Amino acid sequence: MMDNNTVISSADIRSLYQELIIDHGTQPRNCCSMSCADCKGEGYNPLCGDQISLFIKFKFDEANPSFEKSEENQMSAIIGQVTFQGKGCAISTASASLLTEAVLDKTIHQAIEFSKAFLDSVTIKSDENAPNLGKLTALAGVIDFPARIKCATLAWHALLSALKSHCEAKQLNTEKDIYADI
Amino acid sequence: MINNTVIARPARAEAIQNPKELLDCFVNTREDFPIFSKKIRGYPLAYLDSAATTQKPNCVINTLTNTYSNTNANIHRGVHYLSEEATAQYEKARQTVQRFINAKSSKECVFVRGTTEAINLVAHSFGQMCIRENDEIIISALEHHSNIVPWQLLCQRTGAKLKVIPMNTQGELLVEVLEQLITPKTKLLAITHISNALGTINPIAEMIQFAHNFGIPVLIDGAQSAPHLKIDVQALDCDFFTFSSHKTYGPTGIGVLYAKEHWLEKMPPYQGGGEMILKVTLNESLYNDIPYKFEAGTPAIAETIALGTALDYLMTIGLEKISAYETYLLKEAELALSSIPGLKIIGTAKHKAASIAFLLDDIHPHDIGSIVDQKGVAIRTGHHCAMPIMDFFGISSTARASFGIYNNLQDIEQLVNALYEVKKIFQGKK
Repeated sequence: MMDNNTVISSADIRSLYQELIIDHGTQPRNCCSMSCADCKGEGYNPLCGDQISLFIKFKFDEANPSFEKSEENQMSAIIGQVTFQGKGCAISTASASLLTEAVLDKTIHQAIEFSKAFLDSVTIKSDENAPNLGKLTALAGVIDFPARIKCATLAWHALLSALKSHCEAKQLNTEKDIYADI
Repeated sequence: MINNTVIARPARAEAIQNPKELLDCFVNTREDFPIFSKKIRGYPLAYLDSAATTQKPNCVINTLTNTYSNTNANIHRGVHYLSEEATAQYEKARQTVQRFINAKSSKECVFVRGTTEAINLVAHSFGQMCIRENDEIIISALEHHSNIVPWQLLCQRTGAKLKVIPMNTQGELLVEVLEQLITPKTKLLAITHISNALGTINPIAEMIQFAHNFGIPVLIDGAQSAPHLKIDVQALDCDFFTFSSHKTYGPTGIGVLYAKEHWLEKMPPYQGGGEMILKVTLNESLYNDIPYKFEAGTPAIAETIALGTALDYLMTIGLEKISAYETYLLKEAELALSSIPGLKIIGTAKHKAASIAFLLDDIHPHDIGSIVDQKGVAIRTGHHCAMPIMDFFGISSTARASFGIYNNLQDIEQLVNALYEVKKIFQGKK
């Protein structure tokens, strides 16, 4: 039981609001809608009103004559462009902005694995070296601010939702139940 | 039995106008509240979230402990000593509520879980009795969700219509529109006394009188007013008045529905079960007298008794004095916050309670709240269960600082310094 002498410690808020986060949070990249999107995902946090729409366009192997039609081509397609629109705090906006850059040129599988790795990095404290998350390690500090984790993960849940519905729409078989835990 | 005397600063007979006198009256109030001996992240606790819930004085905490230690038993049924003692204390709390709101009779004071349950009770029981298809219920654009959704549900059930009194950009109701909204089909007016999101104090006495000219009963949501203004339900002549213990320096889990006796006599029960019956057979049941008809099941007994302690505590200080002090804090806070570049106050009604909703530059309130928290400042951020108000102003959320009797000028200074820290972190970007 906490007595009156227990100090509620201060995690350094600046570890969360780093320059990169402030930059992407106030001047987000790829913040616009996309009329020709291949798939779209939505995220909403009713606690704070953060709301996001994510738009994804794939790049297919155009050398293949029936390039869009084959399942193989669908699964080997890479993410060509990601944009987002929405209203949110600096953390959710920065996370979305960084997402639009981080998943480019990844296949659907690679994007899903990367998303899961990011979500783990902000929800599970671990002494192991984090997989290479590039600039997204700037958001790792959110783990010390539990009320803000949902802000950091909102865009990523929207991404996973978009990819899942895309795979279902195209009836693509995904390996090893890749959507487990989503 | 532990002496559970309410300890509070003694009330002064003469009117207090001088700010220094007000400050002197409340300078030691924090000592009544054990939570303020805590440091938050190395800073004194500047608790500016009383509109969400209030902190509790020692006397209230002691009542809870005392009840469970010395007089715990179920009420109304037992013939043993503990049960008689618990019953006496429970009903004494009801009489304290009667005094607090100046009800004509304690029979008019129903204990419920809180304001939300109180409004749902009226929507259910009054609704069942009086509301039919095409009838109309009027609420306002300033309401908390708990004074919107129960009426929406009632309208869905019955085919009645919901009408809304609009507001202006200061957050004041356009009261003159009420006359246009009233028709022969209007059966109820349900209005908040003080907006939790904007702090606007509505002219409810005038609105009640106006509605009564047309024979329309009025429900007042007093969740934000009971802790801050002297309530006189007889003078107001409202038909229903609701408030929550936890916003009134009492424990969570208990609240009050005041209703004029004739309504409670006529309304069908809300929940069925033990306590609210006189006789049960397998074919039918005979309901208990009021207010017990509306108090099914075992209530939150210790919490009710502790609510009585909280109200005694407030009445010992004096609600007029509390109101004057909080108005003083409001003016000082408005002055201090208005001097911060880029700070915009949302809700600038002429008559306001000590609650300030604001935006700062383009910084999301969620970010503001997290950063000021690091400096020991507790404010609320979000839509405040008042999404229609946010929509009206075209925003998703605000930051809100709301005051209670334990706040002081140092809290305002701590908030201002923390807000400058927010600006620094965002370094004027955008």
